[in-house]
Amino acid sequence: MFRSKAFSLLKLIPLMPGQSNLAYKYIHPAIASHGHRCHRRSMDYRQGYKTCPRSAEGQTISTPQTKVMAEEELPGVLILDIGGTHGVLENLAPLLKKHFRLITMKEFLENKKEMSKKIQSVFVFECRPTVDRELLESLPNLKVIGNSGVGVDHLDLKMISNFGVKVTNTPHAVADSTADIGMALMLASARRLVEGCQIAVSPDTKCFAVDWLGVEVTRATLGIVGMGSIGYKVAQRARAFNMRILYHNRNRRRKEEEEAVGAHYCEKMEDLLQQSDFVMLVVNLTPETHKLIGKKELGLMKPTATLINISRGAVIDQDALVEALQNKVIRAAALDVTYPEPLPRDHPLLKLNNIIITPHIGTATVQAIRMMAEEAIANMLAVLNGQPIPSEVFPK
Amino acid sequence: MIMGGGELPGLLVDEIGGIHGILHGHVALLKKHFYLITMKEFLENRKHMSKKVQAIYLWWHKPIIDRELLQSLPNLKVIANSGVGMDHLDLKLVASFGVKMANAPYAVSSSTADTGMALLLASARRLVEGYHVAISPGMEYCEADLLGVEVTGATLGIIGMGSIGYKIALRAKAFEMNILYHNRTRRKEQEEQAVGATYCEKIDSLLQQADFVMVVVSLTPQTHKLIGKREMELMKPTATLINISRGAVVDQEALVTALQTGVIRAAALDVTYPEPLPRLPSLLISQKPCQSPTRGRRHPCSRQGGICQRQPHHRLWRREIIHC
Repeated sequence: MFRSKAFSLLKLIPLMPGQSNLAYKYIHPAIASHGHRCHRRSMDYRQGYKTCPRSAEGQTISTPQTKVMAEEELPGVLILDIGGTHGVLENLAPLLKKHFRLITMKEFLENKKEMSKKIQSVFVFECRPTVDRELLESLPNLKVIGNSGVGVDHLDLKMISNFGVKVTNTPHAVADSTADIGMALMLASARRLVEGCQIAVSPDTKCFAVDWLGVEVTRATLGIVGMGSIGYKVAQRARAFNMRILYHNRNRRRKEEEEAVGAHYCEKMEDLLQQSDFVMLVVNLTPETHKLIGKKELGLMKPTATLINISRGAVIDQDALVEALQNKVIRAAALDVTYPEPLPRDHPLLKLNNIIITPHIGTATVQAIRMMAEEAIANMLAVLNGQPIPSEVFPK
Repeated sequence: MIMGGGELPGLLVDEIGGIHGILHGHVALLKKHFYLITMKEFLENRKHMSKKVQAIYLWWHKPIIDRELLQSLPNLKVIANSGVGMDHLDLKLVASFGVKMANAPYAVSSSTADTGMALLLASARRLVEGYHVAISPGMEYCEADLLGVEVTGATLGIIGMGSIGYKIALRAKAFEMNILYHNRTRRKEQEEQAVGATYCEKIDSLLQQADFVMVVVSLTPQTHKLIGKREMELMKPTATLINISRGAVVDQEALVTALQTGVIRAAALDVTYPEPLPRLPSLLISQKPCQSPTRGRRHPCSRQGGICQRQPHHRLWRREIIHC
């Protein structure tokens, strides 16, 4: 269930002067890599795409019944690995095995001739395996790439489409937990939770200063940039905190949807930036949203405002953000995503005290990971069985 | 209120400024209605000052109200607490001097509810751990191996459904949480329905079902060590305990044991007893997500006899950690 094996590989190392309070050395087990750079997000495939989530918000994703077949007869699905640092979580393997013959990258590379024909699908988990031209050329029977997660900026949609291969994502499985992380980051930043933790554990703490303050969340103004499924769920949650909600989106939502969460449409993003106490980025990464928030946008924000990013790191101009935080152009930032992931250890963002960074844990719950796998499996099977595809992604 | 001779009533406060005193930004507000007397001024000139003091403004439980102080203030009429908890006051003693007491329940409720939700989310999603993993100089990888537990759709058990508890229920409802509550008295049906809350007459029933247990009671002899070994063992091993009441509502020793042995998954505390906790010589932070407690909210004035002016952007936030 928990990835406790990997987590127990985190060794607490003693504090040294100048270091942050907790330092971990991550000792990762040796795994068979298929030779690609361990780079979490590829920037090569910043392409536009449109999603076609067929099902309405309330539709349940059910895995179609597959008649019991011998393992060899099941369609082959290629994965990077089971377990290990970058592999599919162990407890997802049985889920996949119910409907597919599981083929790891290692097995594939060791026996390309036989395996290549069997592979009809690729299950991309946390952006791996990397789907490049070489791989696509070596899989003649590949029909679908099932991505676990909703963002597909790491996939070259045009190239994949040229091979006649479909791409699917998992918009439903990710929405709740990502919205939750957005709220968690907003509250943690506003109330200075992480800083306070450091004060709490510090051996030097003798008493607590009463003039140590955060900013109020209840009744503050939240500006949501990107009001898709996730953005809307953020609005639903924020409303319960009596927040005033502004939003900016490519398309305006229906009146009933706006009224249900008390959200006001800002046709110009500038209007949203100028009025918000909290700005939350919930867009997908496309050429249009690349560096959407730069120096100009940060300058428009209130000096008391907080920027929260749960989209992709590249939506923000990180250099501009460093400058804005250093010069107190904005109060603080909270990022679940950066570019790259992780940031180089000497990156200036890591040295600021008015920032919270989390290691892309937007969907890092036991339940969400499982739901994502189930949704991906359902999508892949739909393609293989010639049925309507719940969440196909098309190149622009 | 202007008195005869244009003299404002004397208000005794502990101190102004510094890490313990009243915020400088609040002084003007107080001076509009009162003649401010600090403890230092009072002690230096008791004879003159003692008759002037008609009210005491408590800021972070200071000044300490004891018999000696009460006896030396013949014209004292009211003690106003900036905060809702009154467990630091000997209510009987104060009443016996014919002095009224007031707290500030309205001002604290939203920010305290926000604190509760912040702790719940941070603990569930292992935010603090994640932060340290993300920024640690030693990190070579940034693999999201920090699996947390889902908040949306989980069961929240609220112990103490007063103003603050109810505001938590309102917030939790938006996360589609299943809400159970235990309270001295049952809420009205419409109130329950508005947040989708189910009453648990027995606290045991709540403890056994909840994924998150949030303690939102006032500290009284009845709630002292309300959550002890027995209660924690009734909780699910996957459950999280959140305390935004007073430290003494939880049996801290039992909590340490429960966290160390995996009886419950995690705890998130805004309050401990004492505050801060003593610093152990070798500080051990276990890998069980023991969250930092945080201190609740403050408001510059009391409701009784004065103005209630919200300071929209400033709330106190303090932290403690349980050594696991």
